[in-house]
Amino acid sequence: MADTKTPPDTAEDEPGRAADRPSGQSSRPTSRRRTRTRATAGSGRMAALLVSPTLLVLSIVVLYPTVMALKESLYGTKGLDPKTGFIRTSEPFVGLKNYTEVFGAAGDRFWNAFWNTTFFSVVTVGLETVIGVAMALIMHKAFRGRALVRAGILVPWAVPTAISALLWRWIFNSNGIANAVVGRQILWTTEGFHAKVAVIIAEVWKTAPFIGLLVLAGLQVIPEEVYEAARIDGASALRRFWHITLPLVKPALLVAVLFRCLDALRMFDLPYILVGAQKNSVETLSMLAQNEASNVRFGPASAYAVLLFLYVFLIALAFVRLLGADLVGGGAARGSEGRNRRLRITAPRRAEVTA
Amino acid sequence: MKTRTTRALQCSATLATAGLLLSACGSSGGSGSGEQAGSPSFQGRGPITYVAGKDTSGVVPKVIARWNELHPKEKVTFIQLPTDADSQRQQMIQNAETKSDAYTVLSLDVVWTSEFAAHQWIDRLPEKQFPLRNMLKPVVETAKYRGNLYAAPASSDGGVLYYRTDLLKKAGVGKPPATWSEMTADCAKVKKLPEAKDMSCYAGQFQKYEGLTVNFAEAVNSAGGVVTDANGKPNVDTPEAKKGLDFLAGSVKDGTIPKEAITYQEEDGRQAFQSGKLIFLRNWPYMYSLAQKAEVAGKFAVAPLPGLNGPGSSSLGGHNLALSSFAKNKATALDFMKFFSSKDSASTFLKDASLAPPYTDLYDDPSLVKQYPYLPVLKESILRAVPRPRVVQYGDVTSAIQQETYAALTGNKSSAQALKDLQNDLQKSTAQ
Repeated sequence: MADTKTPPDTAEDEPGRAADRPSGQSSRPTSRRRTRTRATAGSGRMAALLVSPTLLVLSIVVLYPTVMALKESLYGTKGLDPKTGFIRTSEPFVGLKNYTEVFGAAGDRFWNAFWNTTFFSVVTVGLETVIGVAMALIMHKAFRGRALVRAGILVPWAVPTAISALLWRWIFNSNGIANAVVGRQILWTTEGFHAKVAVIIAEVWKTAPFIGLLVLAGLQVIPEEVYEAARIDGASALRRFWHITLPLVKPALLVAVLFRCLDALRMFDLPYILVGAQKNSVETLSMLAQNEASNVRFGPASAYAVLLFLYVFLIALAFVRLLGADLVGGGAARGSEGRNRRLRITAPRRAEVTA
Repeated sequence: MKTRTTRALQCSATLATAGLLLSACGSSGGSGSGEQAGSPSFQGRGPITYVAGKDTSGVVPKVIARWNELHPKEKVTFIQLPTDADSQRQQMIQNAETKSDAYTVLSLDVVWTSEFAAHQWIDRLPEKQFPLRNMLKPVVETAKYRGNLYAAPASSDGGVLYYRTDLLKKAGVGKPPATWSEMTADCAKVKKLPEAKDMSCYAGQFQKYEGLTVNFAEAVNSAGGVVTDANGKPNVDTPEAKKGLDFLAGSVKDGTIPKEAITYQEEDGRQAFQSGKLIFLRNWPYMYSLAQKAEVAGKFAVAPLPGLNGPGSSSLGGHNLALSSFAKNKATALDFMKFFSSKDSASTFLKDASLAPPYTDLYDDPSLVKQYPYLPVLKESILRAVPRPRVVQYGDVTSAIQQETYAALTGNKSSAQALKDLQNDLQKSTAQ
C-alpha cells in the first residue's frame, strides 16, 4: 500500500520544486534519464546473471532431451539381418518418414490415439470445470463442518493416480460396485465406449477437486462488500453468481482449466492401469509412444512424443493467446482497477504452488 | 511479469512431455561395436549382480546367500525389479541400450530369449556346461535362438485344468475330461445338480493381455494347429487354428465360458473358481496352494488341459538365466548361473516357492509329489507343451494375437476373419 502512495506524493512535490528553482529545470530531467538507463542496463546484466543458472538447468533437463528426441525421431528401426539372425547395429536415417507415415496406412493407430486423447481432454476438463466450480462454491460457504467437507473433497486429489486407477478397476470389476449400482452387468474394462466412460468417471473423480481448490482460492479474495452492494441493489443469487463471482474468479479458473488441459492431454497411467495397455478404445498418445518405445522402435516413439509435445504446446499457446491476456497478468497491469490486478497476479502464483 | 509467466507456461508444456522424450531418447546410443557373436570368452572374476522381478517368496536371497558364503570374493548382489513383466523387460532393455555393466545375470521370461539374443544383449552360452539332457525338452527349447543356447533354464511353468472333484463325482463323472466336448458334456451333467445351477462351465485368462496370447496359443495347439511353424513363420490361417479359436469364441457365445471371463486375468479366474462360480478353470500351478486355503479346499484337483481330439497342449511359462553381453566378471557369472540353475537350487525353489523345476526327475520324487500332488500332471503338461512363438518381435506378435483374438471373443469379428487378419499382421511383424 505504501508503494502505491509514494509516487503521487513525489509527483505532487516535483512541479512545486521545479517552480522554485527554474535553473535546475533543464539539467535535472536529462540526468535522471541517464541514471535510469544506466540502472536498467545494470539491472539487466544482473538479471541475466541471476537467471543464467536456471537457464542452464533448463537447457540440460528440457532442451537437451527435446533436441535428442527430435533427432531420434528422424531415425528408423534397426532391421534384422536374415543371414546372421542378429539385429543390425545401427539405426537407419529415415528423415521425416516417421512423421509422414502418420498420414499413411500405418496411421490408423496414431489417429485413434489422437482422437481418444482429444476426446478425453475435452470431456473430462469440461465436466471437471462444472463440478469443480460447484465444489468450490460449497467449500466457500460458511457452515458447520466446513473443514470436514473441504478435506473430504480433497481426498481424491491426494490419492496417487495409479492407486486410484486400481481402486476404480476394482469398482468397475464385473462383480463390482459399479455394476451393482447400474443394476446390470457391464464389462467396463473390455473394449468399447463403456471403457471410455469408465476412464472419464475415474478421471473426473480424481481431478475435479483440483479445479475446486484453485477456484476456492479465487473465491476467497473476492471481498464481501461487492456481494453486499449487489444484494442491496436487489440482484438475485443467480445474477450475483453470473455477474460477480464468475468474472472475478475467471483468472483463477482459467489457470486451473489450462493446467488440467495439459495434464489430460498427456494422460497415461489411468487408462493404462484401469482398462489396460493396447486397448484401442482408450489408448492415448502417451500410451502409444510408450508402447512403441517398449517394442524397441525408438524412432517412431520419439516422433509420436514430439507430435504430442507440439499438440500440448499449441493448446497452451492458444490458451494464452485467445483467453489468456488476463491470465498472465500483463494485460491487467495496464488496467486501472488495482484490486483486479492483484487478483490476476495472485491467481497464477497460487496455481503454481498447488500444482 | 508477462514474459516470465508465459515462459513458465511454455516450460510446463515442455515438461509435460519431457518424461516421454527422455524415455524415447535413451536409444540414440545404438550398439556400435558388436559383441562377438560366435564364442564369447568368459573371463574375469569378482562381484556380479543378479537381476530379476520382485521376489515375494524370500527364497532367492536365501540361495544367493548360500553362494556368497561359498564365494566370499565373488559376491552376488540381488537387484529386484518391479513385479510386472513389462517393466522388468523395459529396465533390462534400457540397461542393454546404454551398454551398462550394472546387470550381470538376467532372469528372462521364456518368451524374451529370441529378442534379447537377436539384439546381442545376451551372450551365447557353452551348451556342454549345462546339464540340458536332464531337463524337460520343451523347457530347453525356450532357451535357444536359432539352435544356439542363449540362456540356462531356471524354472518352468505349464497350464493345468482345475476341476471340482466333488461336483463331478456327484454328477456321476468318474474322471476329468480329456477333450473339449467331454468337458461341455460333463458341465451339462454337473449343471443339473441343484447346487451347480448358477455356475459357469469353464474359464481361462481372456482379458486383452499376455494371458490371452497364452490361452489362444493353447487352443490352437490343442486343436492340432500352430501359431508359428518350426521355422518361425506364422501359419494361423488354417482349419486347425480355426477349430481352436472357434472353441473359445463359440464357448463365450453359448455361455460355456461366462461373459465376464473376457475381463479375467489369473487372479480373477482364481477368485471365481474359489468362490464356486466355475466348474473348470485353466490356470497355472501357483494357484494350487492358494486354493487349498480357500473354500474349495479338498473339493478340487488338477488334470492336463483338454484338447480337440484328446489331451491338449499348454503354453510354456517360466524363467531362464541369461548373461548380459555388457557385464564384467563373466567367469563368475557363468559359475553362478550353473549354481543357480542346478538341481539343488531347483529343488529349493520348488520346495520354498513352488516354482516348477526344469529337471525331469524332480517331478517323480515321491516326497515332492506328496507335498505337491499336481507335479505329475504338471510334468505331463510341460512335456506336451509348445513354447509361444519364438520370434524377435515378440511384442508385436503378442499384441497382434491379443487384438484379433479379443475381437473374435467379443464377437466383433468371425474367427475366420480374425485369423486371416492375424496371419497378415504376423507376416508383417516377422518379416522385419
